[in-house]
Amino acid sequence: MSNHEHEHQQPPQAIRAEALESLLIEKGLLTPDAIDEVIIRYGERVGPLNGARLVAKAWCDPVFRQQLLEDGTSAVADFNFEGGQVEKLVVVANTEQIHNVVVCTLCSCYPWAVLGLPPKWYKDPAYRSRIVREPRVLLAEMGLALAPDIEIRVWDSSAEIRYMVLPLQPGESVGEDEAQLVERVTRDSMIGVAVL
Amino acid sequence: MSGNSVEPMPLEQALSPPMANGELLFEAPWQGRVFAIARILCEQGLYHWDDFRKALIRRIDDWDQNQQRDEPYAYYDHFLAALTDLLEDKALFDLSELTSRDALLNQRPHGHDH
Repeated sequence: MSNHEHEHQQPPQAIRAEALESLLIEKGLLTPDAIDEVIIRYGERVGPLNGARLVAKAWCDPVFRQQLLEDGTSAVADFNFEGGQVEKLVVVANTEQIHNVVVCTLCSCYPWAVLGLPPKWYKDPAYRSRIVREPRVLLAEMGLALAPDIEIRVWDSSAEIRYMVLPLQPGESVGEDEAQLVERVTRDSMIGVAVL
Repeated sequence: MSGNSVEPMPLEQALSPPMANGELLFEAPWQGRVFAIARILCEQGLYHWDDFRKALIRRIDDWDQNQQRDEPYAYYDHFLAALTDLLEDKALFDLSELTSRDALLNQRPHGHDH
């Protein structure tokens, strides 16, 4: 176990978490190794790189792009991503006129298998409420100033449906191969708080 | 908290593989362990993820309704509380077991907690 700090006082939550873990281990419901394995899984193998692969492929392959937009769940199934929570994945495409952005207003629902775990701000009350109330203002504060004539569509994730944004391909990247394109795709562009 | 705390990603980062985008997945080790515990128990079939989600929404909603404005929002505090609620609800343990274990861990002399 590596979660003990030699500090004079640990926060009560850290103690509570440790108490919970030790009780569950005693009851035979957990092992410390299983916990380490999950942390490594989400830290190293489940992440936005998976989503970036989808985006790059969609940019290169119009047939795949259409499949991804029509039925994200089955288009993604062949990739065998770990991480769960893509029972129903809906991919929404940005266009020159429409910008999409994703939120979970109630908690923190997020397409883990394609984007990994959500960033801290995604879970914060400020983002959850303001992106619905004043998306243009909030996006501008986050560094994305959209022209007034661009329509913003906000997608509220739920237990049943997780959303991911298919960003517009940067003009200068046309002609690059899929591997090069993957490197251009950022997590934030797939949440819709940035463009490429 | 305001949206001002959200920092746009610097352009040069856009070229690196977007694995974690330079952010820590968890701010403290206990958060990662609690997340992992919640996933493992779900994968073992002790509950559906949606049960956990509902417990989490309840805790977050409580905070939204009764928030102290000077108290920063701490997502994983709610996550931990929701997991505890759910496990109690599923009768995997009762709160008194947990609080007495808490007390026991708190009594450890400093530096002897391994």
